[in-house]
Amino acid sequence: MATSEFDTVVIGAGAVGSAVAYGLCRAGERVCLLDEGDIAYRASRGNFGLVWVQGKGVGNPDYARWTRASANRWPGFADELATVTGVDVALSQAGGFAICVDEQELQAKADAFESIRRDMGGDYPYEVLTTTQLRTQIPAAGSAVAGAVFCPMDGHVSPLKLLRALFDGVQRQGGQLRTGSSIKRIEPRPDGGFLIHAGTSPIASAKVVLAAGLGNRDLAPQVGLYAPVKPIRGQLLVTERLQSFLRYPTTNVRQTDEGSVQIGPSYEDVGFDDHTTLTEIARMAARALRCFPCLSTANIVRTWGALRVMSPDNFPIYQASSQHPGAFVVTCHSGITLAAQHAGPIAEWIHRGPQPTEIAKFSSERFHVQKD
Amino acid sequence: MFKRIENSATDCTIEVDGKVIPTQAGAPLALALLAAGVSTFRQTAVSGEPRAPLCLMGVCFDCLVQVDGQPNVQACMVRVRDGMRVQLQRGAATVREAA
Repeated sequence: MATSEFDTVVIGAGAVGSAVAYGLCRAGERVCLLDEGDIAYRASRGNFGLVWVQGKGVGNPDYARWTRASANRWPGFADELATVTGVDVALSQAGGFAICVDEQELQAKADAFESIRRDMGGDYPYEVLTTTQLRTQIPAAGSAVAGAVFCPMDGHVSPLKLLRALFDGVQRQGGQLRTGSSIKRIEPRPDGGFLIHAGTSPIASAKVVLAAGLGNRDLAPQVGLYAPVKPIRGQLLVTERLQSFLRYPTTNVRQTDEGSVQIGPSYEDVGFDDHTTLTEIARMAARALRCFPCLSTANIVRTWGALRVMSPDNFPIYQASSQHPGAFVVTCHSGITLAAQHAGPIAEWIHRGPQPTEIAKFSSERFHVQKD
Repeated sequence: MFKRIENSATDCTIEVDGKVIPTQAGAPLALALLAAGVSTFRQTAVSGEPRAPLCLMGVCFDCLVQVDGQPNVQACMVRVRDGMRVQLQRGAATVREAA
């Protein structure tokens, strides 16, 4: 193999790419982390910040286990980031609530949780709560709801502080972060390794990791990979900073460590349109008010839309290229929840293998019509 | 620190943190507070840093005060009314349901 400036180039400096790059730097690799710039869709800047386990992996116990393993790994990961970078990412894992506004919703949730619990052999803690029980746990919750599901495995974190910690951690451990690096082409070299055509001169590296979110769809075929991801829009509202009134994250309202209240979410299949719409903003605000009537006087200071990176079955894609060894794709919707796994076992796998057995089901081969 | 360059006659009063201050109806509240010698309008919600008006034109959001019970009002964007009750903010607003 020709000599390369870097062991690994990671394409995409969102939560996924930065976590992988951080793990590779920790393993001693020479890493270059490429960030497209503010023209990118930047799901990692627009998300809700949950470290979320509940409800994930209905019909897919491997995903339920993978998610839970990441949540379990998060406290150590956050401590490590604080030690290496001095950045407190404001992780809190006191449990999370899904507040349901009608009986039908609550029943659907309870059924879904029960099916995951069955798949997990009973080891899946959660409680279905009446409105009275909910209001004992969260006094600010409204009375005009049907109840909630509480799961002690859930939590939240500041996604922006996480990014800052990862960027800092990469650079403190010898990695390079290059912004404004749109990828023109990835060229597999005949004798192994890759030339990444970005900026003025190509970057040579032994390995390349595609973590470019929605950009992976077009990059993957250049190195014999397949990543059929597409955008699903989510809109969010954020309030002025308020005194702490909500200790726990919920699926549609959470209060950040600095006092702002985030209100969401929407799920919209509208292609690459990341604008906001009055219809969705109004619907989410109305639901938030029903769950937390005390928000009626809060000022909304900002609203935005961001694009989730969704695979056809909504589960992650982790794949090594057999055609071009050294090329990997890592993409998922839950880049915050799974950051601890990406900096841990996924980075270890890319560093020196072997592939973790837990991710066998997350290869992109599952999307091929004709399997071997 | 500040003084009016013309017409310094006062024609109404407002209450600032319980203290009655003679001032001019219709003037921007931020200017009324500055003229009354208020230099720290608020302390920020996260770090508690002192803040005063910067832009005086509705952009910087540094002049936030509580006006008649409503928190985070831009003092440069409201006019003084007789009897207005102003509280300087210490940290974040509390949540409260509409009456």
